Amino acid sequence: MAEIECNRYLKLSGLEPLIVTPESNFINVGERTNVTGSRKFLRLIKEEKYEEALDVARAQVEGGAQIIDINMDEGMLDGVHAMTTFLNLIASEPDIARVPVMIDSSKWEIIEAGLKVTQGKSVVNSISLKEGEALFIEHAKKVKRYGAAVIVMAFDEVGQADTYQRRIDICKRSYDILVNQVKFPPEDIIFDPNIFPVATGMEEHRKNAIDFFKAAQWIRQNLPYAHVSGGVSNVSFSFRGNDKVREAMHSAFLYHAIQHGMDMGIVNPEMLEVYDEIDKDLLEHVEDVLLDRRDDATERLLAFADNVKGDVKSVEKQMQEWRALPLQERITHALVKGVDEFIEADVEEARLSAVKPIEVIEINLMAGMNVVGDLFGSGKMFLPQVVKSARVMKKAVAYLLPYIEEGKGKGTSAGKVLMATVKGDVHDIGKNIVSVVLGCNNFEIIDLGVMVPPEKIIETAIKEQVDIIGLSGLITPSLDEMVYLAKELDKLNISIPIMIGGATTSRAHTAVKIAPEYRETVVHVNDASRAVTVAGNLINTGTKTEYSKTIRQEYDKLREGYLNRSRDKDFLSIADARTNKLQLDWENYTAYKPKAIGIHTIAPSLKELEPYIDWTPFFRTWDLHGKYPDILKDEIVGEQAVILFEDAQKMLADIVSENWMQAKGVYGIFPANQVNDDDIAVYDENGNELVTFLTLRQQSQKTKGAPNIALADFVCPKETGKTDYMGAFCVTTGFGVDEKAAAFEKNNDDYNSIMVKALGDRFAEAFAEYLHEKVRKDFWGYAANEDLSNEALIKEEYNGIRPAPGYPACPDHLEKNTIWQLLDVENKTGVTLTESLAMWPASSVSGYYFGNPESKYFGLGKIKQDQVEDYAKRRNISIDEAVKWLNPNIAD
Amino acid sequence: MSKIHQALNERILILDGAMGTMLQRYNFTEEDFRGERFRDFPHPLKGNNDLLTLTQPQAIRDIHAQYFEAGADIVETNTFSGTTVGMADYHMESLVYELNYESARIAREVADEYTAKNPDKPRFVAGSIGPTNRTASMSPDVNDPGFRAITFDDLLIAYKEQVHALIEGGSDILLVETIFDTLNAKAALFAIEEVKDELGIDIPVMVSGTITDASGRTLSGQTVEAFLISISHIPLLSVGFNCALGADQLKPYLKRLAHNTSFNVSAHPNAGLPNAFGQYDQTPEEMQQLIKEYLDDNLINIIGGCCGTNPEHIKLIAQVAAQYKPRKITETV
Repeated sequence: MAEIECNRYLKLSGLEPLIVTPESNFINVGERTNVTGSRKFLRLIKEEKYEEALDVARAQVEGGAQIIDINMDEGMLDGVHAMTTFLNLIASEPDIARVPVMIDSSKWEIIEAGLKVTQGKSVVNSISLKEGEALFIEHAKKVKRYGAAVIVMAFDEVGQADTYQRRIDICKRSYDILVNQVKFPPEDIIFDPNIFPVATGMEEHRKNAIDFFKAAQWIRQNLPYAHVSGGVSNVSFSFRGNDKVREAMHSAFLYHAIQHGMDMGIVNPEMLEVYDEIDKDLLEHVEDVLLDRRDDATERLLAFADNVKGDVKSVEKQMQEWRALPLQERITHALVKGVDEFIEADVEEARLSAVKPIEVIEINLMAGMNVVGDLFGSGKMFLPQVVKSARVMKKAVAYLLPYIEEGKGKGTSAGKVLMATVKGDVHDIGKNIVSVVLGCNNFEIIDLGVMVPPEKIIETAIKEQVDIIGLSGLITPSLDEMVYLAKELDKLNISIPIMIGGATTSRAHTAVKIAPEYRETVVHVNDASRAVTVAGNLINTGTKTEYSKTIRQEYDKLREGYLNRSRDKDFLSIADARTNKLQLDWENYTAYKPKAIGIHTIAPSLKELEPYIDWTPFFRTWDLHGKYPDILKDEIVGEQAVILFEDAQKMLADIVSENWMQAKGVYGIFPANQVNDDDIAVYDENGNELVTFLTLRQQSQKTKGAPNIALADFVCPKETGKTDYMGAFCVTTGFGVDEKAAAFEKNNDDYNSIMVKALGDRFAEAFAEYLHEKVRKDFWGYAANEDLSNEALIKEEYNGIRPAPGYPACPDHLEKNTIWQLLDVENKTGVTLTESLAMWPASSVSGYYFGNPESKYFGLGKIKQDQVEDYAKRRNISIDEAVKWLNPNIAD
Repeated sequence: MSKIHQALNERILILDGAMGTMLQRYNFTEEDFRGERFRDFPHPLKGNNDLLTLTQPQAIRDIHAQYFEAGADIVETNTFSGTTVGMADYHMESLVYELNYESARIAREVADEYTAKNPDKPRFVAGSIGPTNRTASMSPDVNDPGFRAITFDDLLIAYKEQVHALIEGGSDILLVETIFDTLNAKAALFAIEEVKDELGIDIPVMVSGTITDASGRTLSGQTVEAFLISISHIPLLSVGFNCALGADQLKPYLKRLAHNTSFNVSAHPNAGLPNAFGQYDQTPEEMQQLIKEYLDDNLINIIGGCCGTNPEHIKLIAQVAAQYKPRKITETV
């Protein structure tokens, strides 16, 4: 009779099987098809160059990867779409599809999308107890039902496991839940007990490797049939730039990890030395660190690492003795490290030996800034560091200026760039960052500030003969301002290239709406690090023509693709969309009567608001991408994130203790009813109508059963005869921010100027979160018993929403006028609206409150002309004006 | 232990033969397919074999009876194309529930009659779940390999409706068969698990794949082992192969399957390969001889026939199977 194989092996499949037996030794997982780890792959996916992206996958399989990890987690990507498309394409390439895939995402919906398009048995990477047992169980059940194996991260409600004990505790708990409750096959469980960097200089990181080894061993001995995996390159994080040491470290780590039972891992084969071929001395130093064999292991490896690189001095010595270096090296060091302590003395020394004071800038400082530019350009320095370098540079220049004025000289600049936040918009953090970065790279910056009218931009551009105009904006009406400006420049036969940036801008909008209006080049610059290259290309006479041509072709292509795509979408008429509105069960609905109806003001202390701060967007402001607090341990940006966070904490302490900002807010809760499908009538306590909010309804064709939602659907219709309620609010922490920022700027300290604005924004958002909680628990009171952590608040795990005009659920900025009228916002808080309806001061938030437990955030998407016309009638404005305000949401 | 598990322990179970081959003998016309009820239906209906459950129920009943008479333990419901996806070709999506429910009910009645005649040999109804005519992991358009004519979610909805009706009509087993794209089968299995949860019941599931040619792979490109791994996440009553090949061509793949699984193994091959006119001419005696080789190699727990087989084939297969013990499954862990 047939011999039956042991049934407890991990078995995976693509077109062919992969069975992990004790003889398999080690399964290596290809890591190049991961947008977070490979810039190249990210670019290919972003540009939809799937053919080339498939080549990356194929090369990995040919190179011996037994599984390929696929990750599409990037803010600008539609991850579900990218994962689905790429896996569908892989399915028709038998030489790739023969191996199983690892569906890698931190977002469940992306994982699920991947599971729905793979016929083989894949690996889900990953799930964990991070968000609690309930969600963990739910996801595990689904994974099982889709027929996949799973990677479980050693992560729980408290955080990532970083000690031996925490690793094994969390793995054990996860295992027991999976095996006993979910009935998950234990052989299909793969633990990732967290590989963290060693030799970081921090005492608590000394045992990072050895704890991993021990945890791996414990798992293999105590959790039957489970496997152990991990991302190996993390371990050598502190030796970035020294590949020789990194490669040795990876192989030595793997060698020991495999000995301890790790049987799968994400490895870059190009960054792996053969264990036996590692130089014996180097190996000893590396293993001293990995196995924590000596107290001075880290120092010794650091010193040795320098030898390996060919440098004769030990790092430590260099750290202490950089002051003894030759002058130029000191200046460069100060700029690269952002140390301003000695810069004036060094610059003075340079000035004394220079023929003209200007030479100190042109020769000494620029030499240092060129190093900074190179490091930044190659991804070895990060934005916060560069801004600190700029601070040192400015300080040095300020010191030299009086001498230069005396001698009358002028520096040669790389080019003149006009920077402006367009009319009606007050947001300038991004613009300031780009100005600093360009300034560091020897561009002369003419910064016109915020709310700059087009006439002034044009006038200055001509008068100053600038080489480039940089336009920035955050709110949607700014997009139209940019289009308008491009048209005007074209009319006047001006030919100065434009750079576009800011949160609502996009490459697609630039290509489709702005570029066609202007004969000169219009380029979208999506982050500050690209600004230098783009500006350089636009100005350099050698590259300019070719570059402009390339951009134009690229945008033409993008525009065509975009227009073709948008035609594909189906829309309902507004009448049909209303018929398909969200129908809540109003019959069995009783509204919760608010404890306090009417308008109220509130002025909490900053200390009260501090715990409500969501830090993730703060890091994004600085071009550091990742979720807080994970970002502090991120392989690439973690180190910088920690430094930035420490600086922010310091300033935060000052802000709170010295009351740099004032928090002022106004809110109101009122009786309200849905009227005429899409509107909400708001009443006073006696039933007199105060204002009517006009909401917009989704018009794109939905999948069967899904409604076309408008915010009005969350409020009980008037026909029911029942009274419902809604609220509105405006909060600000902006008063004081501009003054502080200006004071820093005056001291040439852009770093802290940007910092205070970024923190101002965070406080305003924290205030909104704080007030919303008060409203739910006390002022309205429908959720009196709610008890949520800050993390849960950030994830919006409460009943009710607070959508803001200008954001996806209600892109109509004109609604702010109604809120201002209803709450008397200007008198109560001092916050005003610009002509484009941006709030001033910038660190302010306004919005509505909906309390219905069914209410949720959604995106309006595109709407059609019929709704625009209907809206114009309701708003009592001309169709042209309605088009102007709703333009970004009108389908072509 | 359920009756079916008990029966599987004791003997090799016999599955019925082809439904389509038997229906061809009736030479039903367009009018016969329409019956009274669909006389004025605006689209042609000839060829919609699943519809005959409603318009020619006696024929379906007779075919089931003939197979039970020949010795079958399990008959398959007449629902191979009974999803909204398959019925879309005939504009009969709205009839899906009724078609499946009625087909299961008719098979149930016939099975119960035979069980009553001989309680020692209980008869079972397997709700037949076909692959649909669309593939979720392959593009029908060679110039657009990323395109899919159907998604997992579409299939899930379609299969759930069929599964609900098959269970509520009285099926003992669900048989996901003729799988040429494993992703379609995974959607069917997902649907079955969801319906089980919704109804709070358990029902045994048989899975039967199709190896399309001598490449030894499914149409969607998987090897025998990869296919097996991809569908083994659900506790199955049996796993096996059917259709496309005759018993002799199927044998090497069946061996690989039996070697690698701890589920029961089933096979219902075609009566050989079709001749130049698309007809199957392997005789019952020839097929019996080939099946005997399966039994000698201890490969089988459930055996029956697919395209081209009739009650004669099943009778001879049942006779030879009665002389063998079922394949023993050994759990090594």
